Amino acid sequence: MSGGIPARGTRSLYIIDYGAGNLRSVQKAFEHVAVEARVGSDPREIATAPALVLPGVGAFGAAMKQLEDKGLIEPLLLRIEAGVPFLGVCLGLQLLFESSEEDPGVPGLGLVRGDVRALPPTAKVPHIGWNQVEVCRWSDLFDGIPDGSAFYFVHSYAVVPRSPGDVLAMTDYDGVTFVSAIETDNVAAVQFHPEKSSALGLRLYRNFARRAGLVTRP
Amino acid sequence: MLLKRIIPCLDVDRGRVVKGTNFVDIRDAGDPVELASRYDREGADEVVFLDITASHERRDTIIELARRCAEELFIPFTIGGGIRSEEDVRALLAAGADKVSVNSAAVRDPGLIATCARRYGSQCIVIAIDAKRTGPQAPGFPAGTAAPGDERPAEASRWEVYVDGGRVPAGLDVVEWAARAVALGAGEILLTSMDRDGTKDGYDLELTRAVSAAVNVPVIAGGGAGTLDHLAEVIESGGADAVLAASIFHYGEYTIRQAKEHLARRGIAVRL
Repeated sequence: MSGGIPARGTRSLYIIDYGAGNLRSVQKAFEHVAVEARVGSDPREIATAPALVLPGVGAFGAAMKQLEDKGLIEPLLLRIEAGVPFLGVCLGLQLLFESSEEDPGVPGLGLVRGDVRALPPTAKVPHIGWNQVEVCRWSDLFDGIPDGSAFYFVHSYAVVPRSPGDVLAMTDYDGVTFVSAIETDNVAAVQFHPEKSSALGLRLYRNFARRAGLVTRP
Repeated sequence: MLLKRIIPCLDVDRGRVVKGTNFVDIRDAGDPVELASRYDREGADEVVFLDITASHERRDTIIELARRCAEELFIPFTIGGGIRSEEDVRALLAAGADKVSVNSAAVRDPGLIATCARRYGSQCIVIAIDAKRTGPQAPGFPAGTAAPGDERPAEASRWEVYVDGGRVPAGLDVVEWAARAVALGAGEILLTSMDRDGTKDGYDLELTRAVSAAVNVPVIAGGGAGTLDHLAEVIESGGADAVLAASIFHYGEYTIRQAKEHLARRGIAVRL
């Protein structure tokens, strides 16, 4: 993976819609920080987008099936391989992995080695609410965001990367520590919802858009 | 660490914010989405909109409200009031609401909780309970009669569930109803003390404690906030995971930030 040069022609970030919920709030969050964003499920748009966002709520297996039925997996993998900045959000983080306990036997995108496991029943599940994100190493994604800042979570499963080097941030929930952000090359993803995390969430989206040179005002 | 939440509640009548005192005295306080955005900037963790006219008219106005909030608000929001069916829940979630709060309809048809939780997930189903203290008397039974299965001491406090905006007693015990709603799939309980609502005397700590102990989902305490200490007390001694308040914020007595700082000074983990 190399490059990261935005395609000519379009200056609009592309939010991949595979039929899992309302993506308007994600789009509006980018627009709020002066980043043009389109929502859709067009493989040709994916193939030319300067940056991609994969959001999502719902179940792992159903989401993979939707991506497959809409013919989005191959263009997505090709575009990521071409080095375009990619951001996964919530289920969009989990889909990057090889498999999930939520739907055993369904392969994920496999871009990150490791799997997705249910949060242990010792904690209240789903994990809902504002929780603190401890960033493990420097990344421009968290530029201007103080370590330990709170973001809004809603999930029942958490990712377990095989390589510690992929871990970008961790979060503690009632004594259960899980990976709340990952990053490898041009692929980044977060378990929380930046579009529901007020000013710092918007900041994170803006930081991501900046990677693709899509920030239009200072 | 999961943080305790402060949630301003906006009562909405035909698209405008109002706040009732004991459900009667009402004053106008502006555009709901603008007010909610201001609360977001001040540090509110969520916003709850309660449509007080939806039972009678214009479901479309709350769906429009959800759509506007999804576009302009960057914190989670809940919409409640007048939700009668699974179709109402679906329409609000599709319009962008993060959660819906169901009250009377869930009492009349508890199966609605299970249906919605299965279809949309427990995380977006909030059950709102309006609670009125009955003393030691078991709700729905003549004075001095023990309710079957109630193992609490005869002299213990009890509360009755009210529906239809607090007008109609439902004959249900609040603690039992909360536990049943959670067993059916409710993801949160929004608990309002009718005795305290609008009084500014503080939350009903005993009520909040009783419900918090009976369920394993977050309890949002509502009704009675008058000071910042009231917010802290219901978290510390009532076991609330979140506090709901309206008038202390609407009329500028305190800002959300002051409330957060007050809680933090008392050692409660909040988002500052």
